[in-house]
Amino acid sequence: MELMHYIVLSGILFSIGAATVLLRRNAIIVFMGVELMLNACNLAFVTFARMHGDAQGQVIAFFVMVVAAAEVVVGLAIIVAIFRSRRSASVDDVNLLKN
Amino acid sequence: MSTGEDVLFWILAPLMVIAAMGLLFTRKAVHAAVAVVFVMISLAVLYIAQEAPFLGVVQIVVYTGAVMMLFLFVLMLVGVDASDSLVETIKGQRWIGALLGLGLVAIIVGVVVQVTFPPAVGLPADEQTNPVTLARILFSDYVFTFEVVGILLVTAAVAALVLTHRRRLEPHRGQKERADEKVARLPEGGRLVSLPAPGVYAQHNAMDVPALDAQGRPIPESISRVLRIRGQARSESSILESERDVMVEHMPDHSLLSVRADLPDTAGTDGAADAHPGPDARPDDGPPDDATPSGTESEDR
Repeated sequence: MELMHYIVLSGILFSIGAATVLLRRNAIIVFMGVELMLNACNLAFVTFARMHGDAQGQVIAFFVMVVAAAEVVVGLAIIVAIFRSRRSASVDDVNLLKN
Repeated sequence: MSTGEDVLFWILAPLMVIAAMGLLFTRKAVHAAVAVVFVMISLAVLYIAQEAPFLGVVQIVVYTGAVMMLFLFVLMLVGVDASDSLVETIKGQRWIGALLGLGLVAIIVGVVVQVTFPPAVGLPADEQTNPVTLARILFSDYVFTFEVVGILLVTAAVAALVLTHRRRLEPHRGQKERADEKVARLPEGGRLVSLPAPGVYAQHNAMDVPALDAQGRPIPESISRVLRIRGQARSESSILESERDVMVEHMPDHSLLSVRADLPDTAGTDGAADAHPGPDARPDDGPPDDATPSGTESEDR
């Protein structure tokens, strides 16, 4: 019960990250929003691990970190590639499939 | 939760939320990145407070040390001043997005508050340290996952290489090609060697003073093209005259100067070709090898 604050904080951070993904146009900031969501999930994992006295939650959080690192590498490479061809880092400018 | 942890949480949590809001509201992407770095360091502190010191350290090393610095690196690559456009491409997207975000907060917090969690057990306090505990779980129950994650990392590295690879569209211009181009440009007045450096005199050693060649004539192209176009190059005659003044001041023996001043009349045929207003002021500055270029290569003139 007393660890609920951490879960609430994690939920708030997750929501802010989700809102960032919805609201911002700069692809890099959108990507930071995704990172914030992953971090919020990690906080929840660590808190639940402590709550249940089981270190497996921390192992899962560790895996989340590794996957996030791989995701950042690929995502930023994609952003750089798009920037090279379109001269813009805005998600609105990637509209080749439109029309 | 001890009192100390309570205090830590209630100090860090509002700051974290404010910094995370910075991600939503800052104009510049670099500010957003710094705000996220703050959130991640605070998260590391919370991990350490929550009996996960290994994850706290990994959070600092991997997230703030590697991931966020990679973000900043890409920001610099893309251009720091690439600010958001404020034009709404989808009508009402901002309000819908804000509504969805607030709704998500309401749902998550509402659900979490209503749940009754079991009393916190805390990790078993045996003699193993936290990294050892994690390693035992990681390399017993999750060995296969660990291998797959390793493959994932290798794939990601290769993917980054492939995605950012740029194919060379024109053939490589090496030393030989450049030399051949220079030789080919000789008939229309190209140069084989680099341009001479600007003037180095006993009195002047400046970018806006032309060098003198072996005959004592100024070489106009030794001054930077930019200075010449702007009209900021000093005329060589003014330099030579002031030089002559210095010589006269420091050398009371005027006879030597007057003797030397006769020289340009004999050798003045090639000196007059070069828009050189003061022929009698020319040879006053000692031997002409004063004015040879200082040997530094300056390609971009």
